[in-house]
Amino acid sequence: MPGSATEPYDLAVIGAGCAGLAGAVAASEQGLTVALLDASAQIGGQFHRHPAPALGAARPRAPHHDEAAFDGLRRRLEASDIAPLLGHHVWSVVRESGESWAVHATTGADGEEERPVRVRARALLLATGASERQLPFPGWTVPGVVGAGGAQAMLKSGLVLPGRRVVVAGSGPLLLAVASSLAAAGARVPAVVEASGYLRYARHPHALAANPGKLAEAAVHGSALLRHRVRLRTRSAVTAVHGTERVEAVTVSRLDTRWRPVPGTDRRVPCDALAVGHGLVPQLDLATSLGCATRPTPDATRALALDDLQETSVPGVWSAGETGGVGGAQLACTEGELAALAVAARLRGRPALTGSRRALTLRRRRDRMRAFADAMAAAHAPGPGWTRWLTDDTDVCRCEEVTVGGIREAVTDFGARDARTVKLLTRAGMGWCQGRVCGAAVACLAADGGGAVPSSTDRRPLAVPVPLGVLAALDEAGEAGEPGDTRARCLTPRDA
Amino acid sequence: MVGAACAYYAGLAGLSVTVVDRGAVAGGTTGAGEGNLLVSDKEPGPELELALLSARLWRELAKSLPPRIEYETKGGLVVASGPAGMAALRDFAAGQERAGVEAHEITPDRLTDLEPHLAPDLAGGFHYPQDAQVQPALAAAHLLRASDAQVRLGAEVTSLLAGPDGRVTGVRTATGVLHAPHVVNAAGVWGGELARRAGSDLPVLPRRGFVLVTEPLPRVVRHKVYAADYVADVANGSAALQTSAVVEGTAAGPVLIGASRERVGFDRGLSTEVLRRLAAQATALFPVLAGVRAIRTYAGFRPYLPDHLPAIGPDPHVPGLLHACGHEGAGIGLAPATGLLVAQLLTGEQPHMDIGPFHPRRFEASRGTRSGPHLS
Ligand SMILES: Cc1cc2nc3c(=O)[nH]c(=O)nc-3n(C[C@H](O)[C@H](O)[C@H](O)COP(=O)(O)OP(=O)(O)OC[C@H]3O[C@@H](n4cnc5c(N)ncnc54)[C@H](O)[C@@H]3O)c2cc1C
Ligand SMILES: Cc1cc2nc3c(=O)[nH]c(=O)nc-3n(C[C@H](O)[C@H](O)[C@H](O)COP(=O)(O)OP(=O)(O)OC[C@H]3O[C@@H](n4cnc5c(N)ncnc54)[C@H](O)[C@@H]3O)c2cc1C
Repeated sequence: MPGSATEPYDLAVIGAGCAGLAGAVAASEQGLTVALLDASAQIGGQFHRHPAPALGAARPRAPHHDEAAFDGLRRRLEASDIAPLLGHHVWSVVRESGESWAVHATTGADGEEERPVRVRARALLLATGASERQLPFPGWTVPGVVGAGGAQAMLKSGLVLPGRRVVVAGSGPLLLAVASSLAAAGARVPAVVEASGYLRYARHPHALAANPGKLAEAAVHGSALLRHRVRLRTRSAVTAVHGTERVEAVTVSRLDTRWRPVPGTDRRVPCDALAVGHGLVPQLDLATSLGCATRPTPDATRALALDDLQETSVPGVWSAGETGGVGGAQLACTEGELAALAVAARLRGRPALTGSRRALTLRRRRDRMRAFADAMAAAHAPGPGWTRWLTDDTDVCRCEEVTVGGIREAVTDFGARDARTVKLLTRAGMGWCQGRVCGAAVACLAADGGGAVPSSTDRRPLAVPVPLGVLAALDEAGEAGEPGDTRARCLTPRDA
Repeated sequence: MVGAACAYYAGLAGLSVTVVDRGAVAGGTTGAGEGNLLVSDKEPGPELELALLSARLWRELAKSLPPRIEYETKGGLVVASGPAGMAALRDFAAGQERAGVEAHEITPDRLTDLEPHLAPDLAGGFHYPQDAQVQPALAAAHLLRASDAQVRLGAEVTSLLAGPDGRVTGVRTATGVLHAPHVVNAAGVWGGELARRAGSDLPVLPRRGFVLVTEPLPRVVRHKVYAADYVADVANGSAALQTSAVVEGTAAGPVLIGASRERVGFDRGLSTEVLRRLAAQATALFPVLAGVRAIRTYAGFRPYLPDHLPAIGPDPHVPGLLHACGHEGAGIGLAPATGLLVAQLLTGEQPHMDIGPFHPRRFEASRGTRSGPHLS
């Protein structure tokens, strides 16, 4: 019963993607009470997106690999007493007096009136995933340019194609997956334009050899591409988009090893859409607000620094999946389960759990896949020369319409030295997306080097926007309230 | 902001100036605050005098600096919720008027002429046409550029250089030394630390403030609007949390809601209680804001001195060292006057106003023994 004695949950899991699901299910099976929150209306995260039921689509075909693994997790979730709190946008997590955490979410955004929800828990598992990195280029704001991951997500959840003739560009293994999904769904894909050279994977034969699953996956994408006669151009980038109302063509240029466009290599490729992305960036807003330490990744971004059992530098806060470095769905599941064992070991005083056969297997598997992920990240790290394809009038921050020239001026003439002071002097990153789209590019331009790793992550104490009315009603979070009540709710294990 | 203003007026006075900062321009508290240039919240006394001088100087600066600093004389509106609050406001305004502040009483029925979206049940208010604003980071960056000073960024001052007589001869930074017969400490909330590195002392403490920023909106708030309690909070020195929302629209669209005051050291951790209070107070003033989203919040640390006045003037122990820090929640507003006074002290000119109340030596009496190489 809400509002009565508020016994906290043992564990609050934020994010119901592979990592969060695996963690929640395993923790529940260890006898912990678990709250599982996700902003989206469905479980599954990025990888297991499904058409919204209202679309009435038949079971989608091509995009869904690993279906069996996901079905397994879903069945275990149904068998547990976890009632997932879907449509719950977590905006902040704070330490409460005593040994517990307060997870603040807003819900009811889709239709009914929004209201605050507070979930208390003794331990936290942050499994908030990653978002796509965008590096700007002239014309990237023209309609018809979409994120590569976004295109795949659109395909998975709505089965819509971004265009009929779609060039896929950027860097990272995701591009091949996106291209084969698009081709399978009926789009023509004239080229996959990859900025790095896949040959670099060969430098890490151990990591590769230890990940047969990955090789198989790449081979599947590769043969699918062959079947659809898709051309893979490595060491190349889309350096301009043509068209004003809509994409009409793109310019593809060869790159040297530092990602500088090679003069005289431009060629025009007609298309009506461009799906572009430069890998994924861990979503760390909640974690950095809690003070969790981060580490630089081989692909010039930052991920959480985790110990051998997935705990962050803040005791009582664990993390799994892309937040600890981008590594794919299987790694996310492995880490989620391992984190659950570690949490159970701590809360139940059963240290032996973390030395169990299962835990050792999970740790070995995690280490192997992490090594592979790091090798792959290193291969796809943006080269310092990418800023060469920008012109002074290229928009960097779309929300506030800040150009490359504006940012360069702030650095050279007005004394900005990092993303924060560039933001203060130009408004880049102050708009609706709060720099989640342009942050990586702004940090590079501020450091005046394309491949520089930002020295710290941005602080965004509000992980998602929150209506002022919801904030103003926070103190009612301790009072009783039913799901339909417009007042705040404080959820306890017995609620759910 | 304060360092830029000192550089600007010292340059005007013919001095050659180098500005040293360990970080970027506007990377300190200046980049974490709001840009209110207020006279309305100050009671008669030295700070109000400084604010009135500054208001004049800001008006002049706005003519020569580019419009990008977003200087706007939008005026302040202080409202009271009941008759008792209104009576207190009236007394307060009467005192201010005697000191040279313009203040106009606004009856409840006229409040919505000034602010159409204000809550309907307020008891009235006062309009202060002299209140203005700038975008502080841009104002600091443009003022610094206009100063023609040399700028060395990423250079932390680690100690002061001194001659055999104890007089300052320059600074030592992480990237080299710099020689100068005068050093101005405009290190804001870190001014106490810099004073210690110079072998002196100044009791500057951080007073944390959170600001809430909404999604961009068409102009729903035209003035700086705040409830009468704000003035009491500003003047209060307690370490406990105080909030009284100041609500204002910005040229770029978002509404800013600031700011809380509490002394908790340099802790950036989010306080949901602070956000709740700011949001509750802002939506009480402007009910339409309830459905508007906050997209950002940030914390900054005001440089606080125990008597709420800045330290402006020579260090009592280290000849050649001047202080210009500790402006708490008004450093943007008070920067030009501070810069002008510092320049006058440096050139030996008669200062525009009596610096007595701001003199750093005022903390001497209350302090016990002091250690440092320059103790004589
Ligand atoms: C677009 C895209 C396509 C991909 N395609 C492939 C592929 O083809 N093959 C492959 O192996 N890997 C692919 N990946 C990677 C794969 O999706 C991830 O490895 C896997 O999903 C990681 O799982 P996760 O649980 O760490 O994160 P996610 O699956 O991203 O889950 C994170 C969850 O956290 C939730 N969340 C985040 N912040 C909040 C908040 N503040 N409040 C509430 N909820 C929140 C999100 O809604 C989301 O459901 C893709 C990734 C992306 C982004
Ligand atoms: C939430 C909030 C709201 C505010 N709202 C307003 C307002 O509306 N109006 C107003 O007038 N004021 C406001 N203020 C106060 C105002 O921001 C400050 O008073 C003002 O910015 C102080 O400026 P400063 O130049 O003294 O300090 P800072 O801007 O902090 O500059 C000090 C500089 O010194 C540098 N530094 C420190 N130590 C060293 C060293 N050893 N070597 C080299 N460099 C060093 C720092 O890097 C920094 O850049 C607000 C403050 C906050 C926190």
